[in-house]
Amino acid sequence: MLPINIQWTEFSVFLFLFALVTVVGFLASRWRRGNLDLLDEWGLAGRRFGTFVTWFLLGGDLYTAYTFIALPALVYGAGAIGFFAVPYTVVVYPIMFVVMPRLWRVSKQHGYVTPADFVRGRYDSSLLALAVAITGIVAVMPYIALQLVGIQAVLAGMGLTGTGLTKDLPLIIAFAILAAYTYTSGLRAPALTAVVKDTLIYITVIAAILIIPAKLGGFGHIFNVASQVLPTRKGSVMLGPKAYSAFSTLALGSAFALLLYPHTITGILSARNGRTIQRNAALLPTYSLALVLISLLGYMAIAAGINTKDATMVVPLLFNMMFPKWFTGVAFAAIAIGALVPASIMAISAANLFTRNIYKEYMNTQATAKQESNVAKFVSLVVKLGAVLFVIGIPIQYALYLQTLGGIWILQTMPAVMGGLYTRWFHRGALLIGWLGGMATGTFMAAALQFKSSVYPLVIGHTVFPIYAAVAAVIVNFALAVVFTVIFNGMKVPAGNDHTQASDYLVEPEVAATQ
Amino acid sequence: MQSSDRGKGYWLLIVPFVATLWPPFYARTNPVVGGFPFMYWYLLIWTLLVGVLSAIVYRLNHPKH
Repeated sequence: MLPINIQWTEFSVFLFLFALVTVVGFLASRWRRGNLDLLDEWGLAGRRFGTFVTWFLLGGDLYTAYTFIALPALVYGAGAIGFFAVPYTVVVYPIMFVVMPRLWRVSKQHGYVTPADFVRGRYDSSLLALAVAITGIVAVMPYIALQLVGIQAVLAGMGLTGTGLTKDLPLIIAFAILAAYTYTSGLRAPALTAVVKDTLIYITVIAAILIIPAKLGGFGHIFNVASQVLPTRKGSVMLGPKAYSAFSTLALGSAFALLLYPHTITGILSARNGRTIQRNAALLPTYSLALVLISLLGYMAIAAGINTKDATMVVPLLFNMMFPKWFTGVAFAAIAIGALVPASIMAISAANLFTRNIYKEYMNTQATAKQESNVAKFVSLVVKLGAVLFVIGIPIQYALYLQTLGGIWILQTMPAVMGGLYTRWFHRGALLIGWLGGMATGTFMAAALQFKSSVYPLVIGHTVFPIYAAVAAVIVNFALAVVFTVIFNGMKVPAGNDHTQASDYLVEPEVAATQ
Repeated sequence: MQSSDRGKGYWLLIVPFVATLWPPFYARTNPVVGGFPFMYWYLLIWTLLVGVLSAIVYRLNHPKH
């Protein structure tokens, strides 16, 4: 039975745009044609994307539907602290500019598809590579599940609020379509659909900024109302001194974590060369500008008098109230498609990790290129099925907890992956111990906070410093890695061979001439 | 061939870290511009400045032919 309060104008526009993206997703397999039986082609689109496509792909990859739903929700509930996302997306690009071209070059030189491939080559340790791979898979899985929450929110906004199967069916259909075109087209699908997604997102953001503040009496009024209402929720429009350390460590830790997430690395490795990545580090901040405006939707919702306990509904309710129906359909489609692009890349990146660092390493060491790509395609389906089951079967709160943990965990691959791009000084055994210590520390801190927050009140002397648990954990991680490197070297524990050389990190390899 | 690390002007990329990760610099309300408290328009401008700085560093290392 169909829910009776369905918004047909919105839903029709939404369906049209969704159908458009589906067609684009399937056609993508013919775009810049390559042999999709190779993991390099299916999982990295042949590493040939230029500046323009990479801009859409990474923009579509990093600024997810969950961002558009969760960030305004956080600002709506807590105020200024939610704006840590701004310095976070400011500092992430200088790091990308300097660090990621090195990863691209060494990966191109040696045919690495995943960060764990690199770690294996650098440290001659399949165990350390396994640790990096599993961390990546476990961190990215709840992220995929949360993209579904973004779709659920806009479906609810359009009145698709049935119970049982009617509630979940649209979601299942959306993800089935996504799974099918990711299977057939690989990374080409999210790259091409990202063009549609980002165009719709920019249109929505521009419209929101032109229409909503004008209806609400200007930004001055919006900030005024927010500053009066937020203290009743223990929030504030202005950051207080006690929140400084949380704000900064959240920003810095999240920036490094973002660049270590498998889906980010997949997006980056699909670029044509290191210079393409650097050009994008200069061009991608345009998305951060949009992010600031999107965050402000939280204050606009307060000023508009929106009152909801379900934080994910803040943005859908605001759009419903402010936009004409047909345009709400466009905005909702932007968010839903904004969920599909990153979900697709995330599934591909998890599939790449499983195929390269678990299947080929432990299950079938003689795997042919075709077997590799077949396994990856199959795993991408499994991953999406897992995400759907997760969201339907388990309270959403657990996905949020796991997402919090995922951010903490992924940062623990920093010493091996980013450290390894600069130095071979660390001992592989020490990196493994450091990783273990960092994972344990971060998980302990999150558990002490009942997984509800990732800001741990660290007591130094008699002063409390609230600090992002991921940052505290990675400091423990680095410290252990240093101490045990000295110990293992003293004990003459074999350090393994380095299969890379200094020039691999600095010199752009020849571009594949297969256009 | 370009070397990514001995590149020119990389120090410029440290500026955004100092400017945006130290809230005492900007966690205040005045001056308000266009209704935005200082913290908000200051951080908003930095989302653009960081791109400009990266573009400058890129151009220093990859001059136009």
